[in-house]
Amino acid sequence: MHYPAGLGGLDAPRALQPAVDAELAAAGAPDNDPRRIGIGLGMAAPTILAYGTEEQKHRFLRPLWTGEEVWCQLFSEPGAGSDLAALATRAVADGDSWAVTGQKVWTSSAHLARWAILVARTDPDAPKHRGLTYFLCDMTDPGVEVRPLRQITGEAEFNEVFLDGVRIPDAHRLGAVGEGWRVAQATLMNERVSIGGGRQPREGGMIAKAAATWRERPELRTAELHQRLLDLWVDAEVARLTGERLRQQLAAGAPGPEGSGAKLVFARLNQQISALETELLGDEGLLYEDWTLRRPEYVDFTGRDAGYRYLRAKGNSIEGGTSEVLLNIVAERVLGLPAEPRTDKDVPWKDLAR
Amino acid sequence: MTDPKPATDPKPATDPKPVADPDLLYSRDEEDLRSAVRSLLADRADPAALPARVEQAGGHDPELWRALAASIGAAGLLVPEKLGGQGASHREAAVVCEELGRAVAPLPYLTSSVIATETLLAAGPAAEGLLAELAAGERTAVLLTPLSTAPGDPPPPPGPVTAVADAALADVLLVLRPDGLYAAEAADAVRTPLTALDLTRPPATVDLPEGTGAKVADAETGRAAWERGLLAGAALLASEQLGLAEWCLEQTVRHTATRHQFNRPIGSFQALKHRMAELWLEIAGARAAARAAADALATGSPDAPLLTAVAQVHCSRTAVHAAEECVQLHGGLGMTWEHPAHLYLKRAKADQTALGSPGRHKDTIARLADLPAPVSPG
Repeated sequence: MHYPAGLGGLDAPRALQPAVDAELAAAGAPDNDPRRIGIGLGMAAPTILAYGTEEQKHRFLRPLWTGEEVWCQLFSEPGAGSDLAALATRAVADGDSWAVTGQKVWTSSAHLARWAILVARTDPDAPKHRGLTYFLCDMTDPGVEVRPLRQITGEAEFNEVFLDGVRIPDAHRLGAVGEGWRVAQATLMNERVSIGGGRQPREGGMIAKAAATWRERPELRTAELHQRLLDLWVDAEVARLTGERLRQQLAAGAPGPEGSGAKLVFARLNQQISALETELLGDEGLLYEDWTLRRPEYVDFTGRDAGYRYLRAKGNSIEGGTSEVLLNIVAERVLGLPAEPRTDKDVPWKDLAR
Repeated sequence: MTDPKPATDPKPATDPKPVADPDLLYSRDEEDLRSAVRSLLADRADPAALPARVEQAGGHDPELWRALAASIGAAGLLVPEKLGGQGASHREAAVVCEELGRAVAPLPYLTSSVIATETLLAAGPAAEGLLAELAAGERTAVLLTPLSTAPGDPPPPPGPVTAVADAALADVLLVLRPDGLYAAEAADAVRTPLTALDLTRPPATVDLPEGTGAKVADAETGRAAWERGLLAGAALLASEQLGLAEWCLEQTVRHTATRHQFNRPIGSFQALKHRMAELWLEIAGARAAARAAADALATGSPDAPLLTAVAQVHCSRTAVHAAEECVQLHGGLGMTWEHPAHLYLKRAKADQTALGSPGRHKDTIARLADLPAPVSPG
């Protein structure tokens, strides 16, 4: 609703979206399967809208919204996780296009995606934050190879993506050459909002599973687990109220800094609750549904069995910013504590240790 | 301060629908009230000056009490205007508790203006005269029960009662006896001040002769009024704990941002930064939980007992954690008598026991949220 008319929206207030969704659903209209195109909706679209040329907006946004074109995100690399700005994938200018070579990792939906948002190094002689450029990459290009990356759960929700001389026309560059870091910030802010930002009813999310098992299986209860369950129930309720307070602040036009903490709390709760549930289940907690390599189209943190939930929750404190980095952000940007002394800011990228 | 929300007579929990979302923000009036209380306390109750005077009568300052209770009108926030109060609600009183917690102010606000006042409000017409005196800040009253009494606990048995907070300077004792609620002159009791962990909320052992006092409510009404008083106390104690924790974090951030060791501000070390960021997360939760509890009481929500228990579990822990971190991250300075951090630690630790321990409140949650304890074998 809140996107410009002709670019997937109606120039209308964002607050109208739930009403429109409800009307469309009531009329039996097909949706765009938002879980399948989450990266497109949550990250690519706002970034293209903010930094794209008119031509780019008109080419990419419509098929993104309709779900015809799936997007993925080529950011993280084996050597650049929390320190994303250290990434090494090279883009070399060649006439009116770029030749891109490197390796990306933890790419969800890469095997389904038609397009990718990509950050690559265009100037190795510049300090690391200043030598990056943001591109829109065609995943059907012959230089792109996608391999499943099997993870802790046995599934391959993510991929490794190898780029070997991929040709990206300069018309598919988003933002100016060397401005890639600034453009990527817009994407990453949207990612953190999309993890851990959802509205929950009381006892929603992961705590619902543990509480249901507790009620249905009295023979599993122990005094020690009871105390831990009550502690986590309180933590989940406090997290829910904190999220509700944040929403009320946003609605009142005075957003508070509480949003910075939502993902941190969400990750910890998911991990502790799923850990408790595995213990509560006793002998059943020793089992696992199925280790077969699967390629899920959707990820449901509260899906499958307790063992899966326990293992998948481990990713919640890593994906979209590790908890350690987010704590630094809270300390420096919210509390105003002095930054750590840094040795990497003004040195050419090519001279950094790796 | 003329908030139209009803302060008393909550609607009974007959509506089976899910309860409405509580208003978790602060209104403009509430922020104005906060500013008034904060500037009064900044002038008259600077925490930095408290260690030097806290050993004299718990640092009690009758003039400060008059200014807060009567001039600002904070003592009468819960009392309707027709009974001589401000006709506000628990939301406003909670803001006062936050500010008093920030200053660890040694004032009988929670015990008299919240707990005793809420009890008398629910007691009925016979209590109205006393209520007006409490609302005006002319007299103070406390429940004759240990500070550790949780909502749902029975009153203490007859005989001397220990650890009655703010009893030594109170004018009136409220006593729950099997046949009703009584208001007795505190001067008729033998009051023995105790040396307490928390120097800012002085307790006493109180021996009130049997049969002393005037009846203000019958057995059933008195029991319900007693329960309401304790529930409001527990709910608003959470706001006091929030304010206390905020002060501790602010001081710790300020100190570590300016204290240099190893040629850097110590607040630039991640090991310290992460601890302060964790506290900030806990405090953000404490604010939401404390506001939810205060709002539930103000609106007469049937959710009030559960939200109060949730707020107590979380805010008790947050306050103790914040005060402990404040002492530790101030290093040697935090261990001195001169720095007020110890007064916050002592208050936070005592507040954890006050009006029910976290474990006691978790028992309540187990019951209200249908998460029953295991059946013990045999």
